[in-house]
Amino acid sequence: MRKLWITLTYVVFILLLIIPLVEIVRGSWSEGWSGFTEGLLRQQSLHALKMTALIVVIVTVLNTLFGVMLALYLVRAKWIGPRIKRLLNSLVDLPFAVSPVIGGLMIVLILGPSTVIGTFFEASGFKIVYALPGMVLATLFVTFPLMVREVLPVLQEIGAQQEEAASTLGAYSWYTFWQVTWPSIRWGVIYGVVLTVARSLGEFGAVLVVSGNIMNKTQTATTLVYQDVENFNVVAANGVALVLAAFSVGLLLLMEWAKKRKEVH
Amino acid sequence: MNAMFRNKWWSFGFRSTVMLYFIILIIIPIFGIYTQSLSLGWQPFWESVSDPLAWKAVLLTVRLAVIATIINIFLGTMIGWVLIRYKFPGKRFLNSLVDLPFALPTAVAGLMILLLLGPRSFVGGLATKLGFDIVFHEPAIIIAMVFVTFPFVIRAVQPLLEELDRSEEEAAYTMGASKALTFFRIILPSMVPGIISGAMLAFSRGIAEFGAVVLVAGNIPGKTLIASVYIFGEIESDNPQGAAAVSVILLTLSFVILWTVNLIQSRRPGQ
Amino acid sequence: MHIEVRNLNKSFGDFHAVQDVSFDIKKGQLIGLLGPSGGGKTSILRMLAGLESPSSGDIVFHGKRVNDLPPQERGIGFVFQNYALFKHMTVYDNIAFGLKVKKQTKEQIRERVMTLVELTGLKGFEHRYAHQLSGGQRQRVAFARALAPEPQLLLLDEPFAAIDAKIRTELRTWLKEMIERVGITSIFVTHDQDEAIEVADEIMIISKGRLEQKGSPWAIYKDPQTPFVASFIGESTIVEDVGALKGFDSAAGKPGTKALIRPEYIEIGKPGEIRLASAALEANVKHIHFRGSEWLVELEVGSVKLVTYRSLEKDVLQPGDRVHVLVHRAYLFNDQESWIQENSLKEDPMPIHI
Repeated sequence: MRKLWITLTYVVFILLLIIPLVEIVRGSWSEGWSGFTEGLLRQQSLHALKMTALIVVIVTVLNTLFGVMLALYLVRAKWIGPRIKRLLNSLVDLPFAVSPVIGGLMIVLILGPSTVIGTFFEASGFKIVYALPGMVLATLFVTFPLMVREVLPVLQEIGAQQEEAASTLGAYSWYTFWQVTWPSIRWGVIYGVVLTVARSLGEFGAVLVVSGNIMNKTQTATTLVYQDVENFNVVAANGVALVLAAFSVGLLLLMEWAKKRKEVH
Repeated sequence: MNAMFRNKWWSFGFRSTVMLYFIILIIIPIFGIYTQSLSLGWQPFWESVSDPLAWKAVLLTVRLAVIATIINIFLGTMIGWVLIRYKFPGKRFLNSLVDLPFALPTAVAGLMILLLLGPRSFVGGLATKLGFDIVFHEPAIIIAMVFVTFPFVIRAVQPLLEELDRSEEEAAYTMGASKALTFFRIILPSMVPGIISGAMLAFSRGIAEFGAVVLVAGNIPGKTLIASVYIFGEIESDNPQGAAAVSVILLTLSFVILWTVNLIQSRRPGQ
Repeated sequence: MHIEVRNLNKSFGDFHAVQDVSFDIKKGQLIGLLGPSGGGKTSILRMLAGLESPSSGDIVFHGKRVNDLPPQERGIGFVFQNYALFKHMTVYDNIAFGLKVKKQTKEQIRERVMTLVELTGLKGFEHRYAHQLSGGQRQRVAFARALAPEPQLLLLDEPFAAIDAKIRTELRTWLKEMIERVGITSIFVTHDQDEAIEVADEIMIISKGRLEQKGSPWAIYKDPQTPFVASFIGESTIVEDVGALKGFDSAAGKPGTKALIRPEYIEIGKPGEIRLASAALEANVKHIHFRGSEWLVELEVGSVKLVTYRSLEKDVLQPGDRVHVLVHRAYLFNDQESWIQENSLKEDPMPIHI
């Protein structure tokens, strides 16, 4: 019985996860080294990878900053009543329930060129939708809960007493945060960062809707893969996909490592 | 620096910034989509939703997501069990691999399925010979959904199994219960909350999935066009109100599921 | 530090945790806040520390109102119930924290920390983390950490609650000595009356958010001012029907009066053992329990049940024995008043008022 279950588990993993991963590698080499480099070193590939990198960096920084602060407020703040706290707490998860396409649609609906706000920004020379700011916003929306959900339970678990002790010893919030709170939430934050990077690297639906997928301008790595497949240029798609997949596997390893550290502390 | 953070205005500024960020980024857009879907009144909303292509897309999505979820319930329960209870070579490796679908861009996942099962691949060719189709048909959509929602049930079941007191099981054995009986009467019931909340998350992710599906579905209206792809098409053809109307239906469904999950989890003792 | 609290109130929503509490504490005193759990003691302590802000009322340190001062500027040390040691810091760093905040030099910090380590008997443990220490050691670290910045007032929240019963007594004595040696005004919260009586110079009894009585342990024991204090401190039984007792006729005349009688107010003896036979009641021994250093005797006087102690030196009683009981005094109370009364049938011509 035991043997059967273990074998079945292996079969599922191999069929569902390992073979596809191998297939990406094999696929990108199907036309040899030159086919792979050609696909990867096209101008649009490089540009798309650059856009993705840019979005990942901006989104990770902003989401980490705001995510940690919001988690702190939702757990510790005395100026928010408990009822409002509970409400806000349940609202944090909303982006999990929203299809990325819908997330993108929301931004187009509110900030698109045909809306009041969109026209206002466009008139002042700042394009949001079909440009980088919109794509960042869309990714921020999608990744929003990741950091809060990692940090919030840790904060709840460690409780406020260590921070209160620090305050009776004369330390103010900034010092207390770095000396007392940060060491406890550090691994949670790092785990949240890895999740955010993974999600913003791979975000597709929301970015596709918001960016308009304009080659060499607003195209990201994932939307380029999509476009290549739509144009039946599967080998070229494979090159970029392989880079993305390699990053994901690297992030997966990081996740494992961060998770282990998180459990120790 | 200290003096700066002691200042009331600074802390007030911080609070307002964070709260504004929260409201602008999360609450206003969701509010916006509900108002937009009704921006032209009930009549156009009803027309958009009752367009046969629209409701067929929604129904198809729900049906396929249910199938994918059921598959995941079985796979997830089995794998969660095996990864917690058995010791075997490669266990840790498999356990870390579970999260791969979370880490992998969904578009890449779609491409993988296309490469593996597409018409030019070995499996695809075999299937065509045997007279059925995978890619650009329903099976491919289900596979894509199973792939992206793979970790949910496993990750929800594992902590429950870890917490489970071995002595309960042992007590059952001492009373002469068979392994199967013990599993179904003692172990499974304590896994159920995890299975349910994992399945609901998987389902809500399934009906929302876009990236993996759009590449493999073929997107034939009325046949393999799922809701999120339909919404995308409406946006592309410049019909935001119609897109919003269908979105609202999907969103409401997802919210109900999400809150149910929260309710289940908050009911769990010790939480 | 001289502390004055005036009409302190604290509400959490509808719950009135602290109601109109006022008191004065003189410099150098060691005060115990005693009362049942959930009675508002910890809220008072946290308001003194500035961790909670009062709904109304004033807190005055050294003649200066400190209501609006944050905890950082109140010059207090706080020992938390679970010690709240910084778990990722060593013992040394924990104690040094308050000094680092004050930006003292490395040398000064080292000197002060080592003095405290020495004082609290933690030498050799400086480089351990909290999870490598026993409960008693953790409490010492928490104590040393709170004292390091030389506060004017030390606040301790249930300092012994998390410690094994066995070493608790030992630590109590240690803490009392330590506080006396440092000479710092201190307030501690406890729900354990033995602890309060043993450690505190003065006790404040808090119940349901109100200050019931403040005074030395002895004063509170012998002259409780409210029925709550009388029943909370020491052991006692309540007699509803005062008329059943001999010698308290004047009280029996007042409607609704009940008597609270402590075991040590009662003298028992076999017939003939008690000199004042005229004041004694006939009673039946119901149960006896061996208490280690004495007998605990349960008595029945008619329908009234009483409890008292009996020395091990005297004859051993058996359940069912007839004995004579003399109730020396009783704490009497009704809805309007409460007072202590001596047995009026005792021959003593000059009743002692203790």
